[in-house]
Amino acid sequence: MTSKNGTSAPDVDRRKFVSSLAAGAVGAAGAAASVQAVAAAEPATPSKAAGATAEAEQIARSGSDYMVDVLKALKIDYVTTMPGSTFRGLHESLINYGGNSKPELLTCLHEEVAVGMAHGYAKVAHRPIAALIHGVVGVQHGSMAIYNAFADRVPVVVIAGNTADAFERRPGVEWAHSAQDNAAMVRDFVKWDDQPASLGHFGESMVRAYKLAVTPPMAPVFITADGDLQEASIETEPPAAPRLSVSSAPVGDPAALAAAAKLLVAADNPVILADRLVRSAEGMANLVALAELLQAPVIDQGGRMNMPNSHYLCQTYQAGALIRNADAILAFEAWDLWGAVNEYHDTIHREGRSVTKAGAKLISITAGDFLIKANVQDFQRYMPADLAIAGDGEATLPGLIDAVKRAMPAPRPARLDARAAQFKKDHSAIRDRLRQAATFGWDASPISTARLYMEVWAQVKGLDWALVTESNFQNSWPQKLWTFDRPYQHIGKSGGAGVGYAGPAAIGAALAHKAEGRLPVAVLGDGELMCAPSTFWTAAHHHIPVLMLMHNNRAYHQELMHVQRIADRHGRGIDRASIGTTITDPNIDFAKLADSMGVFAIGPVSDPAQLGPAITRALKVVQAGEPALIDVVSQPR
Amino acid sequence: MKRLILIALGFIAAQAANAAGEGDAERGKVLFQKDGCYECHGLVGQGGVGPRLAPNPLPAEAIASYIHNPAGEMPPYVTKVVPDADVGDIRAYLASLPPPPKLADIPLFKD
Repeated sequence: MTSKNGTSAPDVDRRKFVSSLAAGAVGAAGAAASVQAVAAAEPATPSKAAGATAEAEQIARSGSDYMVDVLKALKIDYVTTMPGSTFRGLHESLINYGGNSKPELLTCLHEEVAVGMAHGYAKVAHRPIAALIHGVVGVQHGSMAIYNAFADRVPVVVIAGNTADAFERRPGVEWAHSAQDNAAMVRDFVKWDDQPASLGHFGESMVRAYKLAVTPPMAPVFITADGDLQEASIETEPPAAPRLSVSSAPVGDPAALAAAAKLLVAADNPVILADRLVRSAEGMANLVALAELLQAPVIDQGGRMNMPNSHYLCQTYQAGALIRNADAILAFEAWDLWGAVNEYHDTIHREGRSVTKAGAKLISITAGDFLIKANVQDFQRYMPADLAIAGDGEATLPGLIDAVKRAMPAPRPARLDARAAQFKKDHSAIRDRLRQAATFGWDASPISTARLYMEVWAQVKGLDWALVTESNFQNSWPQKLWTFDRPYQHIGKSGGAGVGYAGPAAIGAALAHKAEGRLPVAVLGDGELMCAPSTFWTAAHHHIPVLMLMHNNRAYHQELMHVQRIADRHGRGIDRASIGTTITDPNIDFAKLADSMGVFAIGPVSDPAQLGPAITRALKVVQAGEPALIDVVSQPR
Repeated sequence: MKRLILIALGFIAAQAANAAGEGDAERGKVLFQKDGCYECHGLVGQGGVGPRLAPNPLPAEAIASYIHNPAGEMPPYVTKVVPDADVGDIRAYLASLPPPPKLADIPLFKD
């Protein structure tokens, strides 16, 4: 047999043999033709036949071995997966031929966990790993997590099994797990996909996919690894995968940067917005340098960890006043620029209203326009800018800094020093106000979210910690109360807000932090975690150290409020919105749940005085290299 | 007719009591949760997504006025849904809550 990739297949066609066996196994009352088919396939002497068949089934090297070579060449450290027969060849090659090392297979119990882990890992390690998922059904399970990574502009290499050749499929389930176009279900939210028809094609497409994934704007890519291609024998070695040559990030036009610098230097009240901007320590240092050059406040919108919150120019918590008063606004990689400069209320009559001053100049620097899909609408409302500069924000920062230096008059205008003095004063006052605000409800039970974060902070602040969950459902207390001054210390937001992201992304991020010896901290929503509870098992199985605290507020509080808003609008009373939105009766015992999957767990803890000692105990487990969970019965936000 | 007048007088008296910071705090606590105030303002009115309400809440009239015609993200609640008498009891609950410990007295806030 000669396979489609041009290599020679084994003498005995495995699939025909297996197919005929399956056809004969339809039951005792099966048709005579089926029996004859089995008889024709089976040798006369069963014992001899088994030996002969087993020998004929031997393959020295199959396509999936080559695929592993490609993954190794791309230096993909991990492959997250839930097993599926459409990639059994690649699975086996990874663990045996590849030695289960670089990449190492990570066992997940749901494709959403597999892809979510890869999402979280890439946000910390700044290089992708692969998620290996089953044809059709695995793609559907993993699709929401792929969407989150897309909406978050994070690279994930998704590899999906499939059997394209209908004549090569086993009857029954394999048909249900095969597709004519495997990527169709996710094409609206991946950057690129391919279904290679040969091994050489696979190698080239994997390298192309990787390159595209890591080129800003980054995003997931999707490669189908055909089942027959995986399992067919290699007798003529295909060409090695081409060398990876990663593109430099697109940088803003120098003339446009000069114009932007002129506007910013001339402004009395410039403001900088930073969203999905910073990836590296250098990027953070450049943002600080630009802010200091201009003495411009930075509003960190939280898509990434952008601005050290201990810096006096980090003015996130007076964003509204600053934007209203600004005469020049510079936005870096803003996901929702319209929302940042407009006011909108969730009322029956919906209208937006600009909150900026007349004549305020808006400058946008983003690579976002390079990657917009038609169907999914994560791109937000169109916001015209006075200067729309196409380019990756972090890569463009050095050029803008140079342009600002050139545009800055000498001596430096006195108003910059006045701004610095004011922002130092404001920064100190806001910090005091936020700390004061955290004291309200301090001794309450359920435990306040501010208390929860302060109890954690007291015990991790002297360590090399990193927060691997977003905190917008806990009133952003960590950003208000902790000191963030390194880009890895916060994972940013989820992207698509697809519920179920937090746990998998947290342990993926924690895995990346493990390599750096850091202490990851995750505060997980209860409703969120219940979409992917097997996260606990994967964390325990792979010994991923992470301190997890359950923000167990026993409801989908945001949804509860949406229902209440509509009930109020109808004048039907507002006291039944808990139906369908609360997670009580019975209360979920997350400590038992985590414990059942091998995670050290404490709880439920509802007395704030007990939280500190619980953290101490859990921290010891994490520092010994294992995950730990504290179920904290908490206030809603 | 006499009964109606008595009811009206009772309502006015209740309003006056509410304005003075009185009201049924226990009932107010129930309403605070049942009406979903705690969703944004916290179970003890400590604030969160919404502003802090306790201790020392605004006068009942001010609270009622804002509930019926809010300026921000809070949905407007009509009187039929949140009657002024309920607002008075909610305020009484908020007024009954103790002040927080002083920042300086909380060890976790010591740098």
